[in-house]
Amino acid sequence: MNCIIIDDEEMARAILAQFIANFTDIEVLADFSSPIDAIKYLNQNPVDLIFLDIHMPNFSGFDFIQTIKNPPNVILVTSDRNFAIEAFEYKCIVDYLVKPITESRFLKAIQKLDGLKLPSQNAVKLDVESKSNNFYINVDRRLIKIDFQSVNVIEAKGDYIHIKTETKNYVVHSTLKKIEDKLPTDIFLKVHRSFIINIKKIIDIEDNSVLISKDVIPVSRSNRAELLNRINIL
Amino acid sequence: METPNLNYINELSGDNEEFKAKLIGILKRELPLEVDTYYEKLEKNELLRVAEAVHKLKHKVSILGLEKSYYIASDYEDNLKNSSLTLQDEFQNILKDMQEFVIQL
Repeated sequence: MNCIIIDDEEMARAILAQFIANFTDIEVLADFSSPIDAIKYLNQNPVDLIFLDIHMPNFSGFDFIQTIKNPPNVILVTSDRNFAIEAFEYKCIVDYLVKPITESRFLKAIQKLDGLKLPSQNAVKLDVESKSNNFYINVDRRLIKIDFQSVNVIEAKGDYIHIKTETKNYVVHSTLKKIEDKLPTDIFLKVHRSFIINIKKIIDIEDNSVLISKDVIPVSRSNRAELLNRINIL
Repeated sequence: METPNLNYINELSGDNEEFKAKLIGILKRELPLEVDTYYEKLEKNELLRVAEAVHKLKHKVSILGLEKSYYIASDYEDNLKNSSLTLQDEFQNILKDMQEFVIQL
């Protein structure tokens, strides 16, 4: 079994690593002080188990779990007893360790993993859960939550995508294809090779373009039929 | 009155002197940074950030065996979340004791 440790406190990471070292069949692949760095790592590397702090600056352990798709088993590690009930609402959470952790309590947590199916071959990706109403984008090392409903248009420009919401615009290093896979198909439609629109935000459609807010968005001929199919025409 | 101690670190380390030295090294490096963050946020009156800093320091409080102080820190953290500075002096006295102890390690 392999694992990673995510905790902004070096002392906590060191103590966990020492406990884990007593188990020859658990390998620590990496440890992270930043959940954002951990997400990048998880995008590339399959992991069986995450030791996860709940309280981290700007991004809680629960935010972290909601951000990744198919989260592996998680053991929460925290100084706060108050989140135990919330913790067990997540299927992936195996146990909840309160700092300072004792060796005997750590052992119990590991024993809970016995018999659980390890999702080792499933790479975990930055994503949106299909049930959730939002997604996160990485801007200057901060993960910013964006509600699907607030998005007007997403435009591809070179290696970047421009996400235009009701209140703010964001530029993210990504591709249109990547974000298209994460968006709910009942709201969003790709109308052009460079544009995805929120069809609920359309003001009008004229020839080969749609008006959303103050933006005129081109609609390619091949996507026009699908667009007309998706709207409610009297 | 309780005083900071290395009971937890000794228990964790057992005969492993190298690990004990590593933990003390981290403590000496990390505690002053966390205390600085606490005072910095306090000066800016960012009480939710102060609460976060107290939350982080709580682990150090417990690592140094300060069981009663841990509850003071927890209550202070809750107070800060409710925009109250009640227990500030008590918590800062705990920090002072911890810093004085750690600097001598």
